[in-house]
Amino acid sequence: MAALRLPYLATAALSGALFGTGLYVSQMVDPLKVLRFLDFGAIASGGWDPSLAFVMGAALIVMFIAVRIGKGRQAPLFDTAFHEPEYRKVDRRLVGGAVLFGIGWGMAGICPGPAISLIAFLPDNLWIFLLAMFAGSLAGSFIVPSGHARRLADAQ
Amino acid sequence: MESFTPLTAALGGALIGLAAALLWLGNGRIAGISGIFGQLLPPAQTVVWRVVFLVALVAATFAAAQLFPGLGAGGEAPARLVAAPAAWGVPTPVWLAVAGLLTGLGTKIGNGCTSGHGVCGLARLSLRSLVAVLVFFGTAVITVTVTGVV
Repeated sequence: MAALRLPYLATAALSGALFGTGLYVSQMVDPLKVLRFLDFGAIASGGWDPSLAFVMGAALIVMFIAVRIGKGRQAPLFDTAFHEPEYRKVDRRLVGGAVLFGIGWGMAGICPGPAISLIAFLPDNLWIFLLAMFAGSLAGSFIVPSGHARRLADAQ
Repeated sequence: MESFTPLTAALGGALIGLAAALLWLGNGRIAGISGIFGQLLPPAQTVVWRVVFLVALVAATFAAAQLFPGLGAGGEAPARLVAAPAAWGVPTPVWLAVAGLLTGLGTKIGNGCTSGHGVCGLARLSLRSLVAVLVFFGTAVITVTVTGVV
């Protein structure tokens, strides 16, 4: 089982470490900084903070190159296949889920990455947010079938 | 725009991109935090690497704050969650619980968040991810305006 070999787990650890470092360096661990980007109403008054666009832009450029490199390969280094999402349809679940997430994100300024990385600092009320996020995710898995179950259903 | 930090934003973003690139080219996995987090429960056979990834993420966030305390929240400045807007008359823990619930539920139903759809999906030129990103960014901008949370 590839998923339990050392190079595979070391890759996961290094990736997680780079991710956490990036979240801190870019200050996306600060919910207020994220909200100051989402606050388009402040553009006119000069209080808008465009930093998040630079975070996304830089991350996208690097990942775009990696995807290109991957296209030329049969498989990743430590597994037998790329686990590319197979489901391609733009459906109501996708849009509805994005709407719910957008409301939550706009209320607190915390998306799942920063939510986890903030465990490093344990700010007040973080556990409430994390428990609620976990409960929401769990509830979602009962409401909608997993990607695998859905593909099987669609294939019939 | 005194709080605008383009250099550290781009540097941090590049590190996040590198994290996603490594996980993709090394293990063929999408670095989507909501997916990694949301599939922690059995019977997923892949729970070990997900735990390793998340523990490393938290440890590195902590270490980076020790090494570069001047960069902001979590370093010299305390990390804080927002307070509920006073006009809504809701206690902050309730506000944050609702926000967390919607974040977990929405990313599960919509199959991804800022990292999975935003970074990985857009880089893969996925139409689903483009739609998701436009919708959740748009909804978040409207929510900030309506709630007055900033």
